[in-house]
Amino acid sequence: MPKEMTTSELAKRIVNHEEIFILDVRNTDEFDDWKIEGGKVEVINEPYFNLLDGVDPIVDKLPKDKEIIVVCAKGGSSRMIAEMLEEEAGFTNMMNLEGGMKAWSEHLEPVKVGDLKDGGALYEFVRLGKGCLSYFVESNGDAAIIDTNRMISIYESFAAERDVQIKHLIDTHLHADHISGGRELAEKVGGTYYLPPKDATEVTFDYTPVEEGRDITVGNTTVKVQPIYSPGHTIGSTSFIIDDQYFLTGDILFVESIGRPDLAGKAEDWVADLRNTLYNKYKELSEDLLVLPAHYSFAKELGEGGLVSARLGHLYKVNSGLQVDDEGEFRKMVTENLPPQPNAYEDIRKTNMGKINPENEEQREMEIGPNRCAVHE
Amino acid sequence: MDANKVLDAKGLACPMPIVKTKKAIEELNSGEILEIHATDKGAKSDLAAWVKSGNHELIQDTEEDGVLKFWVKKG
Repeated sequence: MPKEMTTSELAKRIVNHEEIFILDVRNTDEFDDWKIEGGKVEVINEPYFNLLDGVDPIVDKLPKDKEIIVVCAKGGSSRMIAEMLEEEAGFTNMMNLEGGMKAWSEHLEPVKVGDLKDGGALYEFVRLGKGCLSYFVESNGDAAIIDTNRMISIYESFAAERDVQIKHLIDTHLHADHISGGRELAEKVGGTYYLPPKDATEVTFDYTPVEEGRDITVGNTTVKVQPIYSPGHTIGSTSFIIDDQYFLTGDILFVESIGRPDLAGKAEDWVADLRNTLYNKYKELSEDLLVLPAHYSFAKELGEGGLVSARLGHLYKVNSGLQVDDEGEFRKMVTENLPPQPNAYEDIRKTNMGKINPENEEQREMEIGPNRCAVHE
Repeated sequence: MDANKVLDAKGLACPMPIVKTKKAIEELNSGEILEIHATDKGAKSDLAAWVKSGNHELIQDTEEDGVLKFWVKKG
């Protein structure tokens, strides 16, 4: 019998940069759209329905001496193929990814970023299946979460293990690629849900506005969450400096790329804002700030222990989105040849505004696939 | 649409809708039509891809009240 592998076990191996061999048996369109990636992940695709008469077509492509993790959409087809490989072809190291890509999309792997000056710590929650990053700040028994994902129970357990109270739920902008868990978690724990007011003009619920000049304090020490108005990906996009050392850039600046301005249908209008944020406003800040974005796109962005981060000064030297001197060329880069838009992005925006309330299962389906919030060359 | 055979795969999770479809179509003659009912949403793209790889033809598909229906002509 093939062994079951949990998404958590797989995530640990990926962030530790272990060698992994994956056989993905979903149909090729789905595989091409979105797959498991990581530094030392080798992945091949052969749809399960091509193997129903026997696994011969695939046997020669699989390593006999390595563990093979079989993956499908929900974990049923992959189990069948893993069993066939054991029974028909004598493989002994078969694993099945429990819950398949659907479960993989929902896994959050917490990675410690560092300690805070007056006690407390900052964690980055890496959503390996989708490339979303959220942040958990804890200090003196209180916690703030920035860009909370939909799977709020994961943050609740994390807070309970540390015996801290979640008080502040902050979104850097109105998200288009994933459903925010901020509002729901705020209601559940009696916390405050914050949004940039310019992104919240159409929301159907009460929220607390984040505004430059109005710092948020976590715990009773001086862990300062300082909003910096930085439009461009959306008109309200706001970045946060935490504890004078960490710089949460939302979907404005990533490690390997910059944000795209078109997901609310206003690319042309927002290009100038995006340029001003990246080429003027951020430039005035300390080069030593550690940039912590809301997304990553490439497995190579996963650093030690899975952490996605970079010094601001370093990004001004190497990030291709920050090297474009000509305004016209910049405009072209962020409005033309953009990648496809995220799955169901319009409905995701409406959900985040409270305009529609899809059932849980539907929300999971809406989020399937990569995030695609960045501009790439 | 007149089908030569109807397969009820409602309530079955992946991979069973395709496994059963494959078995059912093996019992038909070339040119005959199999009608399939399924509720697993993943069946839609998988069935379309399987039909293509097996040189069959997906003549029509509908979705009503959560039930997916497909008509496949055996190649």
